[in-house]
Amino acid sequence: MAWLVDFYRSPLAKKAVMAVTGVMLFGFVIGHMAGNAKMYLGAEVFNHYAEGLRTLGAPLLGHGQALWIARIGLLGAVLLHIWSAWQLTLLNRRARPTAYVRRDLINATYASRTMRWGGVIILLFVVYHLLHLTFGSVHPSFEQGNPYHNVVSGLQNPWVSAFYIVANLALAFHLYHGLWSMFQSLGWNHPSYKSARRIFASVFAVLVAAGNISFPLAVLAGIVK
Amino acid sequence: MELDAKIPSGPIHEKWDRHRFDMKLVNPANKRKFDVIVVGSGLAGASASATLAELGYNVKCFCFQDSPRRAHSIAAQGGINAAKNYQNDGDSVFRLFYDTVKGGDFRSREANVHRLAQVSVNIIDQAVAQGVPFAREYSGLLDNRSFGGAQVSRTFYARGQTGQQLLLGAYQALARQIGTGKVRMFPRTEMLDIVVIDGQARGIITRDLVTGKLERHAGDAVVLATGGYSNVFYLSTNAKGCNVTAVWRAARRGALFANPCYTQIHPTCIPASGDYQSKLTLMSESLRNDGRIWVPQKPGDDRVAGQIPEGERDYYLERRYPAFGNLVPRDVASRNAKNMVDEKRGVGPTKIGVYLDFKDAIGRDGKNAIEARYGNLFEMYERITGEDPYSAPMRIYPAPHYTMGGLWVDYNLMTNIPGLYAIGEANFSDHGANRLGASALMQGLADGYFVLPYTIGDHLARHLGEGLVSTDDAAFQAAEEGVHRRTERLLGIDGSRTVDSFHRELGRLCWENCGMSRNRAGLEAAVARIPELKEEFENDVKVLGSAESFNQSLEKAGRLEDFFELAELMCYDALERRESCGGHFREEHQTEDGEALRDDENFQYVAAWEFKGQGETPTLHKEPLEFEYVKPSQRSYK
Amino acid sequence: MKLTLNVWRQDGPGDSGRMVRYEMPDVNPDMSFLEMLDLLNEGLIEKGEEPVSFDHDCREGICGACGVMIDGRAHGPLPGTTTCQLHMRHYKDGDELTIEPWRSAAFPVVKDLVVDRAAFDRIIEAGGYVSVNTGSAPDANLTPVPKDVADNAFDAATCIGCGACVAQCPNGAAQLFTSAKVSHLGLLPQGQTERWRRVRHMVATMEDEAFGSCTNFTECEAACPKGISIDFIAQMNRDFVRARFRDPEADD
Ligand SMILES: Cc1cc2nc3c(=O)[nH]c(=O)nc-3n(C[C@H](O)[C@H](O)[C@H](O)COP(=O)(O)OP(=O)(O)OC[C@H]3O[C@@H](n4cnc5c(N)ncnc54)[C@H](O)[C@@H]3O)c2cc1C
Ligand code: HEM
Ligand code: HEM
Ligand code: SF4
Ligand code: F3S
Ligand code: FES
Repeated sequence: MAWLVDFYRSPLAKKAVMAVTGVMLFGFVIGHMAGNAKMYLGAEVFNHYAEGLRTLGAPLLGHGQALWIARIGLLGAVLLHIWSAWQLTLLNRRARPTAYVRRDLINATYASRTMRWGGVIILLFVVYHLLHLTFGSVHPSFEQGNPYHNVVSGLQNPWVSAFYIVANLALAFHLYHGLWSMFQSLGWNHPSYKSARRIFASVFAVLVAAGNISFPLAVLAGIVK
Repeated sequence: MELDAKIPSGPIHEKWDRHRFDMKLVNPANKRKFDVIVVGSGLAGASASATLAELGYNVKCFCFQDSPRRAHSIAAQGGINAAKNYQNDGDSVFRLFYDTVKGGDFRSREANVHRLAQVSVNIIDQAVAQGVPFAREYSGLLDNRSFGGAQVSRTFYARGQTGQQLLLGAYQALARQIGTGKVRMFPRTEMLDIVVIDGQARGIITRDLVTGKLERHAGDAVVLATGGYSNVFYLSTNAKGCNVTAVWRAARRGALFANPCYTQIHPTCIPASGDYQSKLTLMSESLRNDGRIWVPQKPGDDRVAGQIPEGERDYYLERRYPAFGNLVPRDVASRNAKNMVDEKRGVGPTKIGVYLDFKDAIGRDGKNAIEARYGNLFEMYERITGEDPYSAPMRIYPAPHYTMGGLWVDYNLMTNIPGLYAIGEANFSDHGANRLGASALMQGLADGYFVLPYTIGDHLARHLGEGLVSTDDAAFQAAEEGVHRRTERLLGIDGSRTVDSFHRELGRLCWENCGMSRNRAGLEAAVARIPELKEEFENDVKVLGSAESFNQSLEKAGRLEDFFELAELMCYDALERRESCGGHFREEHQTEDGEALRDDENFQYVAAWEFKGQGETPTLHKEPLEFEYVKPSQRSYK
Repeated sequence: MKLTLNVWRQDGPGDSGRMVRYEMPDVNPDMSFLEMLDLLNEGLIEKGEEPVSFDHDCREGICGACGVMIDGRAHGPLPGTTTCQLHMRHYKDGDELTIEPWRSAAFPVVKDLVVDRAAFDRIIEAGGYVSVNTGSAPDANLTPVPKDVADNAFDAATCIGCGACVAQCPNGAAQLFTSAKVSHLGLLPQGQTERWRRVRHMVATMEDEAFGSCTNFTECEAACPKGISIDFIAQMNRDFVRARFRDPEADD
């Protein structure tokens, strides 16, 4: 264990941690999106799916246990991801104490330049989102055990939907750079798939954005009700 | 003064081995008792510092750049020779030796050159082991090319960046020793004087270029690896910082300066485009393999190249040298270009240049083939001139490039001041009156890796137990005060002209009178004019800022002052050498066809000059040269 | 042509520095950027003002000494070009240029446009070499190196240590420089013995030198006058993680 702590001291290792936790979060986002897509199949299927998550692993694991394990993993990943991002951001600030009077970037994409703020938006969104749909504390008509209703009624408020859309756009940008960047951070750049990395990142960024944004739009349009 | 070259006896191929056996050794435990000062971190200085530290000596290494990796050696392009005979094309140590002696126009020491050829093979091994990425064949084995008209392929190269890669290799070795603490590196530090006590070199005075602080460093031996002095011409292919200061300071302390007039002019450089030009860029000589050199037949022809019909062009090298054509040696090509310009047949906006035309080659082999061969050079040309050499001919002109002259050293690379060594381009040793392409890198590394580390031991072993001289010694104090007074004086002049304006003027004077060709009248005029110009400089130069801070003008002013004195000696030497040989062409001494005419009977010697003080005539000491293995012959390229 | 320059002037490390405006009434388009600065300096000296300090030596793009930010770009607007190789014909009459030193905590300003890049040397001293003493090398052709490996190593080895990558990187990271050296030696058979140790030590030193960390902005690659590829950064990252398991010393 001591070596891990020691290893983690290095910014290079922190980057590796960001990449690994980023992949975990990415995995969740994809799975979550696929699950959420069930809302197109109606309330029953959707609610059943949500319940299904809780009985996952039965009978080995008790009700909700698998979900909790996943949640702990996820929480850990989020914390590590953010912690590393925070530390690296501080380091990077210190590395350039005097700003240029004039600055012109050549290659850096918009996505790469907004990783930090994008991350903050995602974080704010997740906090809100949990209060909204998991705990219901900011949901005007939250019904425990009826996620379908919670989603639909929640997203019918155009302001809420707008925030969901903005957050998911931010996520898409985050993924557009993050998914490509992750290969660099982990050193996966073999010529045989090097050119595919950008495509991979673009496809999934668009996919996640399109999928997740479709939900509020569908609700607002009355397709899902 | 007795000049003893200390050449070992015996047959030439045994001299070095015998000598190594005869030399005294310093036992490993004693090596750490010696401090060696190495000034310079180019190929010669870096390789010497690293090797001496590996052996166990304590080394202090100095350079004026911000990092040892930036020494001028980094700019060498073409390659490095070695008698590996990997191509099985008849090369051998003896052939490399032979070619080098002949190439030097019989003005170098046979014993030194043979040793150089011998150790050349080890250099390649060493560099490869360090990770120098030389060009390779598909077999994974090293590639070679033939260079500078050599008849065998013995040149190892790393794209067009051989100097860079070799220097990085030496620098890495040096960095390793800095990491272990065996070498203390002093970047941005300039050596401004050498301390000689009881006739022995005992230390140096340096200036920290950032803080301006003067420092005293004591050493059991001092090695100068400070490069060449081509910048005496102001415009040259050398880096801007190259200077003669370290070497000249040694000369002022009694070290003999050998053959200062042997300078090499490279024929294929991009011509200066205006008065603001700060340096010249070398284009690889290989361009002459395909390019045809010409000028208009009519003097003062102002038409652009494309409008001059074939019949009104003069392919003067092909005309004068049907056998070699455009591939005549560097000095011949250079001199002929100068003649064309002198005849007012030069081309380009400044009329100082000749065409190097690829039209026929492109017509013959296609643009793609030419691009594959010279693409990067064409690009470099276009970048600098803004002209496209695929559609209009290139313009080229000769430029000062290398200086064969330097501090006189014996076979051990020691100057006439015991304990003071000179290696690399800073010494005069191995190239005679003319250096072959790809041989300077070889010599710098031979000196630094394989020669000096042995020979210095022989000297140190004799001084075991003496210990370092204290830097409080009166000689140190006096030297430091001298340096201090000099900087204060330069800062106090407060005249009206910039350092560069004087340097340009000196450069032009040297170029016109002691450049590609020289004659008595010109040299006499230069010898008279240089001290005058120096005096103007001393009364009218304007150096701002203070001595206690980073002050680039002050650095330049100090260097220029030394260039003045060197320039005078260079012209003096050229005047004295009433023959033509290698890079030194005296117009009075040429064959009927206008070729260099040596005078072996009277001038087969090394001219080692003793500086006698400002305004005094320097004293000439002669080291006669003997040729036992390569018999002097006359060059011919008809 | 006429140009206006805004140049960073700073007397020394202790001074806070400021931008100073200079009019250049007569710049020749064939001048190099550094020759343009020479011209500025000649004029300043004649007026009795201290000239602008800037680093330079070879003036042909190989020594790595030169380098300033020109209008917010390291080495100016042209790709694959050092400051000394930039010519004024790329500007037009009336242009206004902003010239600043490299900005990085690891590269403190010495004076005006001159910075101290010794941190790069310390990275190399930490392991950027093959430990082979002079004289102990085997015959050069004993170890064949496949041409593609040699070429790839060469691409990394062309780094001139100018520091533009750090200057241009929004994070002030030295990844491109360090990875170039790590990869140059890490790719060649001669560099294998020390491969894992080297990457650990060089990265550790890089991190001690107050450089930032890479977030894969790719600015460095775009600014690098030698076109060093960020592929080498990936390779260094991979080697660094592998070194944890491959280098026996990693546990101390
Ligand atoms: C453009 C060009 C291309 C070339 N191509 C080739 C080629 O292809 N093949 C070949 O064999 N040769 C070539 N040469 C020649 C060759 O590069 C040089 O002769 C050789 O590199 C000189 O090495 P050096 O170690 O003696 O000196 P340098 O590399 O010049 O090093 C001098 C060192 O001394 C230091 N120094 C100088 N003065 C002082 C002082 N007062 N105080 C402190 N430090 C000081 C400098 O900082 C530097 O570290 C070329 C030369 C040029 C100009
Ligand atoms: C679902 C949520 C998230 C996913 C899928 C995700 C994914 C990723 C990925 C794959 C990377 C690339 C890592 C690399 O370059 O190796 C990354 C980088 C980054 N993430 Fe996230 N992330 C998420 C949430 C967050 C949050 C909440 C924050 C901050 C509050 C954040 C901040 C960052 C930052 C700053 C980077 C760039 C760090 C760097 O490259 O040094 N991310 N993210
Ligand atoms: C429009 C898109 C989204 C919809 C419709 C949606 C819907 C939901 C719903 C209904 C739940 C509650 C499930 C339950 O309690 O059974 C939930 C939980 C959650 N969502 Fe979302 N979500 C969306 C986007 C996102 C995004 C982009 C993220 C992350 C970046 C995210 C992260 C989470 C998390 C962390 C939980 C808590 C999971 C748990 O531990 O129970 N969601 N989401
Ligand atoms: S990687 Fe490129 S930009 Fe960075 S120091 Fe090397 S050459 Fe300069
Ligand atoms: S610009 Fe900086 S962020 Fe990384 S890819 Fe280059 S070091
Ligand atoms: S001055 Fe050498 S790279 Fe620009």
